[in-house]
Amino acid sequence: MFDDFFIRALVAGIGVAFVTGPLGCFVIWRRLSYFGDTLAHSALLGVTLAFTMEFNIALSVFIISSLIALTLIQLQKKTNLPGDALLGLLAHSSLAVGLVVIGFLTFIRFDIMGLLFGDILAVTVDDLLIIWIGGALILLILKLIWKPLFASTVNYELAEAEGLNPERAKAIFTILMAAIIAISIKMVGLLLITGMLIIPAAMARNISTSPQSMVIYSIIGGLLAVILGLFSSLEFNTSSGPSIISAALLLFILSLFRIKQSIKLKN
Amino acid sequence: MSRNNMSTNQNVLVKLNEAGFSLDNKWLVKGVSLQVEKGKIVTLIGPNGSGKSTTAKIALGIYKKIDGTVEKYTNKVGYVPQKISIDWTLPLRVNDFMVLTENLNKETIDEALSLTGVIHLKDKNLGDLSGGEFQRVLLARAISKKPELLVLDEPVQGVDYTGEIALYKLIKKITDELNCGILLISHDLHTVMSATDHVVCLNGHVCCSGSPMDVAKNNEYKALFGEQASEILSRYEHRHDHIHTDEGEIKKN
Repeated sequence: MFDDFFIRALVAGIGVAFVTGPLGCFVIWRRLSYFGDTLAHSALLGVTLAFTMEFNIALSVFIISSLIALTLIQLQKKTNLPGDALLGLLAHSSLAVGLVVIGFLTFIRFDIMGLLFGDILAVTVDDLLIIWIGGALILLILKLIWKPLFASTVNYELAEAEGLNPERAKAIFTILMAAIIAISIKMVGLLLITGMLIIPAAMARNISTSPQSMVIYSIIGGLLAVILGLFSSLEFNTSSGPSIISAALLLFILSLFRIKQSIKLKN
Repeated sequence: MSRNNMSTNQNVLVKLNEAGFSLDNKWLVKGVSLQVEKGKIVTLIGPNGSGKSTTAKIALGIYKKIDGTVEKYTNKVGYVPQKISIDWTLPLRVNDFMVLTENLNKETIDEALSLTGVIHLKDKNLGDLSGGEFQRVLLARAISKKPELLVLDEPVQGVDYTGEIALYKLIKKITDELNCGILLISHDLHTVMSATDHVVCLNGHVCCSGSPMDVAKNNEYKALFGEQASEILSRYEHRHDHIHTDEGEIKKN
């Protein structure tokens, strides 16, 4: 049944949406959208390294993104530069270095557009395995660290005082961010991954009253965006990433009407 | 009981030995030694910026790079911070906040919220509460876990006057029922001192400590808070058998 490229893309996208839903909520709650962007930009370097060394792309992206995250933490400790400047520095320099390396690799034909914006034709059965097994692992780990991570998101000192070890949860979450970027790069493309994390979660925020419901709506929103986006990508022959993100934006706009309604109800 | 026995005392929940904390080469507090035991209330008093909250955070293990040592003998801790900055964009109801650090069943949550008088707010968004209501929720959350050690940093700020007295009574009752130790920070000398077992008066260092009566009689305390405060503190313990001259000298009646 996975012979058809479209079915493969659909199964891959659904797998990605299950994971970006809950992670995206934390990205919004912890204000990490630019951090996500930085990791995604560095993914290009990971892809080029994978090609030069004939290495698995997802694994290579995961390693490079994790290294960039560690570098960021070190730079934050050792310099007086503000966080957003450091993020910009790492994002653009890793993207630039990635592109320069591609320039040298003339013997390999690169589909740059596919890398940046996703390519449903490129999803293989191996990718499906990586997405679903990797995704299940990410969700399992997120469930295990949910309590300390969420508590420290609400209030760091409360979590620390009551023995939840927020530093460890934060470190693990950083690794999970690198992992979701690694597994979703083929589907959404590295320029739009953060959109897949943020937009369904932002839509969910508009219509939810508790953290749990926000996570559930975020997953549902992501699934709808993937399905709508992929079908229109097939129909109109557009790149998969932008189609999915546009569908997510549409859902976000619809959710704004719900806010208006609930404000009306309150008054 | 000698001092050495105290440190191995089974009832000790947390013990600070000459603890201090500095930020950017400036000492926030230095050389604090105190201990909180089961069923006892230890109150920190002192002017603004005297290091009360810092001392509480040292005891809680929030500050790690400290001078001196902290010995903590319990992991069941409830904390009511002085300032809490919660991102109100988070969809968080009172009920979600109650289970923030520990899973509790419905009865436990309801009981704690009823005790502090905010059960009717259970499904309200945390961001919609008033300052006093939020303070009651914070206290409910801290006691609902049935902690062995409660650290309360100005727990009744923003609560109306009658509520304040009721909450202090509740705090006292909780200490007795749970047999937990309380480290309390308060400005309100009137209400607090009547229930406190041990007072530590801070001013960047331990200025004096002891029973409320001892502290009230201490000259450094008088210098810090003034004569009137001293009388408030001692009123619960003894009748004055002397009056004070303007210079602070004691004159027998």
